[in-house]
Amino acid sequence: MVTADLRAGDLSRITDNAEIKGRSLWADARARFVLNKAAVASVFVLIFVAFFSIFGEAVAPWTNEEIDFNVIGSADTKGMPSIETGHYFGTDDLGRDLFARTAQGTRISLMVGFVGTFIAVVVGTVYGAVSGYVGGRTDAVLMRIVDILSAIPFMFVLILLLVMFGRSMFMIFVGIGMLSWLGMARIVRGQTMSLKHKEYIEAARASGVSTWKIILRHIVPNLMGVVVVYTTLLIPDMIMAESFISFLGLGVQEPLTSLGALISEGSKSILQSSIQPTLWQLYFPLILFVATLYAFYFVGDGLRDALDPKDR
Amino acid sequence: MFSFITRRLLVAVPTLLILIVLSAVLMHAAPGGPFNSERKLPAEVVANLQAKYGLDQPLWWQIWTYIRDLVLHFDFGPSFKYKDRTVNDIIAQGFPVTLIYGFWSFIIATILGIAAGIVAAIRHNTATDYAVLSVAIIGAALPGFVIAPILVLFFTLQMGWLPGGGWENAEWRYLVMPVIALSTGYIASIARLMRSSMLETLNSNFVRTARAKGLPEWKVIVRHVMKPALLPILSYLGPVFVGMITGSVVIDMYFSTGGIGKSFVDSALNRDYSVMLGVTLLVGALTILFNLIVDVLYAFIDPKIRY
Repeated sequence: MVTADLRAGDLSRITDNAEIKGRSLWADARARFVLNKAAVASVFVLIFVAFFSIFGEAVAPWTNEEIDFNVIGSADTKGMPSIETGHYFGTDDLGRDLFARTAQGTRISLMVGFVGTFIAVVVGTVYGAVSGYVGGRTDAVLMRIVDILSAIPFMFVLILLLVMFGRSMFMIFVGIGMLSWLGMARIVRGQTMSLKHKEYIEAARASGVSTWKIILRHIVPNLMGVVVVYTTLLIPDMIMAESFISFLGLGVQEPLTSLGALISEGSKSILQSSIQPTLWQLYFPLILFVATLYAFYFVGDGLRDALDPKDR
Repeated sequence: MFSFITRRLLVAVPTLLILIVLSAVLMHAAPGGPFNSERKLPAEVVANLQAKYGLDQPLWWQIWTYIRDLVLHFDFGPSFKYKDRTVNDIIAQGFPVTLIYGFWSFIIATILGIAAGIVAAIRHNTATDYAVLSVAIIGAALPGFVIAPILVLFFTLQMGWLPGGGWENAEWRYLVMPVIALSTGYIASIARLMRSSMLETLNSNFVRTARAKGLPEWKVIVRHVMKPALLPILSYLGPVFVGMITGSVVIDMYFSTGGIGKSFVDSALNRDYSVMLGVTLLVGALTILFNLIVDVLYAFIDPKIRY
């Protein structure tokens, strides 16, 4: 989106002198996006979540590892959320502050979402663009590979990878990213095929630009609309996948946590707590998780309406 | 049609082979074998164990024997962790359970999703439509591991109507929550898909003709709209099926139902590689088979498709 804004800005500067202002694709898109109230509200939700994940730990009086010895062992009676004890979101069964842990877990979840998506987008875009542009037998082979890979149950393979090579953040990032570029590749290929017979591509080819350069300089920038939309829809999927793995206890390792791991702990704890269900242990991570997911979906929806008008 | 099925099967076989080889190579390359434990075993014991499970053979030979036993005897080999159990035993224990709640979830997701989508489309732009749509949007983004604790909170802790977990040979009280948790997301996405595809079909010319010749509205919908509108649903059933199996991992973890997902997670935590590999392959094979069935059905129903 940064490049998009820049480009929109540049164009409007160029057209400022003209009598009638031209509108770029991106300026048009922005105008349409702003009209979508759910999407705009979701952008603010996401900004809020991001701030919480970055600065939440600095605000919290406790760190995510510290154990409050007043609470340990009796979280269900003493660990509830309160301003006085400094546990704004309460504590978990071990007496650790849930505010700090939720902030830290949200950060991990967002990071997995962004990094995983970044890998998937880069690999998928290049793969799809090459396949679609080169066409012919190369295209057939590359797409057959995608077909074969998409028949593999990836959640299982990912767990297999995590178990065999140890549960590191790196493995989660790369694993989730590498396993989810397939859809991206398919979409980009389709777009490329329709782009490649446009006049400006032919002009580039006629003036002797190399294939690789045409793909990177002319095809990929024109794919940005589709890629941006798909990317925003991919991020929540990544977050979901990471949470799924963390829910099973195969994700990030203590003392680090993620929203999925927190939801898992919270949901086990409400069944075990004897005196009073420790509901707050489930509610706070759950609300953040669901809010983040919906926000991404609505933003993605809004972007699709804004960037791809024929889809409406 | 026959050549189409053969062609699809020909793609399926290399897919499975790649999956087997990839997993076997990974297994071999992984640091820390299955016999690593806190207690240090004497070298001879390890050597004996490795010889027993064939791990001292070269990699290509291990892969070859694995594929040979799998294809000829449908034998997934022994479990690395439980010396008196084979992978086949473990799968045979968990799979029927997953099949039962997966089957019900699948049926319920399809029927409810289609019904909700039809109602929403017929009552387009009314309160009913908006209600269905908003519930569908909420439901589609809720993963099973979010729904499961909420269900337990309500049905078990607040109301005390249902047991919080267990299986008891598929007695209905133990089935309710797993089926709801597994099917909600798919009811929602099927409903959305069905609604938009119904709306598209309702706007087409042949529907106008059918109405113009005086058919009652219900007949128009049952005779003319339903069939073309169902096609996108059909191709979505493949992913739904995969989701049922992947979702079973969460269901088994949370409701202690003891299905195939439990075998998988247990083996993952135990580093019981042969069980993990067996389950992954089984799921892969089923996925391919199911997608094949869906494709063939699609070709039967949609006269526009020629293979």
